[in-house]
Amino acid sequence: MELTNDYIRQRLEEKFGGEVYSFEEPYGMLTFETAKTNNLKVMQFLFDDAELRFQFLTDLTAVHYPNQPGRELAVVYHLHNLVDNVRIRFKVFTAIEQPDVFTATSLYATANWMERETYDFFGVNFVGHPNLKRILNVDEMDYFPMRKEFPLEDQTRIDKDDEMFGRGGSIF
Amino acid sequence: MPRPVRFNVHPREADIHNNIAIAEMPAGLQGEGFFATSLEKVVGLARKNSIWPLPFATSCCGIEFMATMGSHYDLSRFGSERMGFTPRQCDLIMVMGTISKKMAPILRQVYLQMAEPRWVLAVGACASSGGIFDTYSVLQGIDQVIPVDVYVPGCPPRPEAILDGVLRIQDLVHNESLRRRHSEHYKALLNSYGIQ
Repeated sequence: MELTNDYIRQRLEEKFGGEVYSFEEPYGMLTFETAKTNNLKVMQFLFDDAELRFQFLTDLTAVHYPNQPGRELAVVYHLHNLVDNVRIRFKVFTAIEQPDVFTATSLYATANWMERETYDFFGVNFVGHPNLKRILNVDEMDYFPMRKEFPLEDQTRIDKDDEMFGRGGSIF
Repeated sequence: MPRPVRFNVHPREADIHNNIAIAEMPAGLQGEGFFATSLEKVVGLARKNSIWPLPFATSCCGIEFMATMGSHYDLSRFGSERMGFTPRQCDLIMVMGTISKKMAPILRQVYLQMAEPRWVLAVGACASSGGIFDTYSVLQGIDQVIPVDVYVPGCPPRPEAILDGVLRIQDLVHNESLRRRHSEHYKALLNSYGIQ
């Protein structure tokens, strides 16, 4: 049985029914969504199943959607089946007031640093992570810089002439 | 047609009379067999022409500095032949490139490990002001953590600009009073950075 997107979707729906939803195929990559309480079950199934074998975590990061109340933070998992060279992506959404998501470190060792980075920049609290602390930014930082409530640059600066840096001014 | 080979049987006389740069003599009294001047001027002259830089190069300005060290621009002409990649025995720390907030304590530590008298040259927009990076991770100018003597503008500055910065440092070194580092003003400056 060839591992096509339709087949993966069929297997997932057999197993989880309505708990996996919002299937899309942007640029041919199967993308779906699940509740944040189910992320480990879905991952475990994708990892252990004799046909699916998604045993490599390519990437794990988060996206901030400030104008989606209750679903502000999306944690995105990119999984890769190295045997059949198939990739899928799935997302779990969480509210920004309580961004608790179960950690994937028990399944994928590489999730350790990726989740530390995601915590560092987005403040997602990975429940059960062995060492959840900042990995790239300074420890004294008291905010999560990739959230969109922070402006990209300090708007109050007057000591730098934008003209000199090729942004704003008369140069576009 | 073989290339003509020049054997070194007639070595050319070294022309030492027109090719050596000699520092100007400080003002003083001279007479038959003696020359008297103030110690400050002699020390300033000696320090000025033997600055040992400590390059602290983190990014593109550091590459520009490598060109400055090379044979074409030749920083060694100014008595800065010896680059020390250590705070030991160095007089001038040249900070070249973006200093992130995470790098700031390390930069400060290197500065503190240098012995007085020490000078600081901030090369390029990033070291001087944070440059184009008005972001959460970049220190907006190294003068937030250590006192700076000379700023070199540019993004990146050309080697000529870096040389000019070194020459400005030389002017400062040359004219600095021997008592400056013990003055109240200087101590207040260091105290404002939390350095004892």
